Amino acid sequence: MKVTLFATCLVDMFQGDVGKAVVEVLERLGCDIDFPENQICCGQPAYNSGYVKESKNAMKKMISAFEQAEYVVSPSGSCVYMFKEYPDVFQGDPIWEQKAQALADKTYEFTEFIVNVLKIEDVGAHLEGTATYHTSCHMTRLLGVKEAPLKLLRQVKGLQYVELPGKDRCCGFGGTFSVKMGNISGEMVTEKVHDVEQTGADILIGADAGCLINIGGRINRQGKPIKVMHIAEVLNCQ
Amino acid sequence: MKTSDDLFNHRVTKELDNTFMRGAVSSAQERFQTRRLLQAAELGHWEEWRSHGEEIRKHVLANLDFYLYQLSENVAQRGGHVYFAQTAKEATNYIKGIAKKKNAKKIVKSKSMVTEEINLNTVLEELSCEVIETDLGEYILQVDDHEPPSHIVVPALHKNKEQIRDVFKEKQGYDKTEKPEELALYVREKLRNEYLTADIGITGCNFAIAESGSITLVTNEGNADLVTALPKTQITVMGMERIVPTFEEMEVLVSLLTRSAVGQKLTSYITTLTGIKEEGDTDGPEEFHLVIVDNGRSDILGGEFQPILQCIRCAACVNACPVYRHVGGHTYGSIYSGPVGVVLSPLLGGYDDYKELPYASTLCGACTDACPVKIPLHQLIHRHRQVIVENEGRAPVSEKLLMKAFGLGASSPTLYKMAAKMASPTMSPFTKDNKISNGPGPLKAWTETRDFPAPNKDNFRNWLKQRSKGGEQ
Repeated sequence: MKVTLFATCLVDMFQGDVGKAVVEVLERLGCDIDFPENQICCGQPAYNSGYVKESKNAMKKMISAFEQAEYVVSPSGSCVYMFKEYPDVFQGDPIWEQKAQALADKTYEFTEFIVNVLKIEDVGAHLEGTATYHTSCHMTRLLGVKEAPLKLLRQVKGLQYVELPGKDRCCGFGGTFSVKMGNISGEMVTEKVHDVEQTGADILIGADAGCLINIGGRINRQGKPIKVMHIAEVLNCQ
Repeated sequence: MKTSDDLFNHRVTKELDNTFMRGAVSSAQERFQTRRLLQAAELGHWEEWRSHGEEIRKHVLANLDFYLYQLSENVAQRGGHVYFAQTAKEATNYIKGIAKKKNAKKIVKSKSMVTEEINLNTVLEELSCEVIETDLGEYILQVDDHEPPSHIVVPALHKNKEQIRDVFKEKQGYDKTEKPEELALYVREKLRNEYLTADIGITGCNFAIAESGSITLVTNEGNADLVTALPKTQITVMGMERIVPTFEEMEVLVSLLTRSAVGQKLTSYITTLTGIKEEGDTDGPEEFHLVIVDNGRSDILGGEFQPILQCIRCAACVNACPVYRHVGGHTYGSIYSGPVGVVLSPLLGGYDDYKELPYASTLCGACTDACPVKIPLHQLIHRHRQVIVENEGRAPVSEKLLMKAFGLGASSPTLYKMAAKMASPTMSPFTKDNKISNGPGPLKAWTETRDFPAPNKDNFRNWLKQRSKGGEQ
């Protein structure tokens, strides 16, 4: 099955290991990965801050980059959700609305793709440890991918899962919010780390690079012995 | 409506330091959220209820002129006076006129956000009229030198019982303990006399019922019932959108309201009142005035922010908001705080005073999820940002430049690849142990509390390219 990878700018620039894990897992599940070089960024940083005009060119670039793809898969719920918003952004545009809709219709978040399209829940992963999972806001509430990550984690051999208290509560990233309102964001992520600690887990798993960079950054600063892993990295453990 | 002249950033810093408030807010949030979800599960078909509530509110807004007309006709038919106030000043002038005519010295009031929006108490007090808030939370705040409310349903949420005891002790010589029962009994005794000696009763209105010319009051304390039971002159103030066609829709919305606001199936008192005391009635006021307030609502109507007028003032969004959780209501600088306040305050009060509010959000969507009438709150918050940047031209110049650069970089693969290549060496003066602990520029706000990962020395796409060339993994 041919799968076109939408790596996301955060993974490309800061979390290359997540990208590698995504490729390796999907290949192991029988997919052929291709990667359009023209992809850069879904446009969220500008769009979410209200700079719709500035984000439109970036969006058009993405629409064009993925035009030939059959399945577009990405390890980020928020970036996938941004693609789903493209048709609204280009509403009324005689050329781009339709193209945007076509892209939105064929884009999948990584765990959603494995469970709902490949119809696989056991990817043969093995990781010893106790883990908890933070449900990223855009992926869960807005994109609606709630079950897939948990279904996959349940099948990871050796992994003990503990539910995170307040798992649905925002970690405080919110893109530019994390720097625009850095003090409030800092308090939110501090509470999130405290909640993670309460579970006694030694691994925090998430499915969105933004959240993980945020929570991981705070964990590092506080020197907590909690490993932060993207679900792709977990599923890639054998 | 405005509650502070202080700068937004100052308010944030001050409130983040307020450990009392943050503890009180987070426990209240837990309580209200848990109960709300329990009630929703017990009621069943919650999503259908929400859709029904949304339908009712959308229908009313689409036909608002008709229902307001029907309401006013029916109020008049039952002996009441209806006054349509386009501005806050028109509303307060009208009410001032009644107070003067009645030579009123004392007025008792039940909780009404719209009366705070139009600054009613200040205007009445200028007439040397004593205005007494009878909602316990509002009473506490009033006694505490008119401190503004921090939550639209539980206004004194930010105060713990020790602080409340101290307020009564310092201002009124209260000498008992902070036990809630003792505090409540103290206030009950005090207020009972006020109801009995008041000249005018003023209430808000949870839902006006068009078919009968009635107003609906929803309380747990019964204070609105006492306010309306005794004084012979009654004034009800309502936002012009707070209306339902019939008792049937009122029932649906009240069912959504009590569960969403405080996690109760019903509140202790749900009362509908119609008109004045007529032949054969055992009770009722001699005079009833319904003041219908516009104050900017008709400008929202018909525009892209119209969905915010669906609001039934339950504060479920406030209770769900992870930002409100840490900064509390006073940070917003408006009587309307939390997500509903973020959307409504700039619309009613302009962007000058409220331009930071739409950015005090991570767009997490918890508010939209919680709203019993399905207002797309996070989308409206985002829309404000777009308006601020594009129409209002209020974005900070440095940010505008950064975003323009983003726009360029994100549309040009060549530029992006250059930037990606430069990222690691550019950041290397700030990088240690593969992380950045003291970042430059915008990163500084991040690195105050968090480490930031150093950019990949070799970015992911290069790895992938080399790999498919059959190169190293």
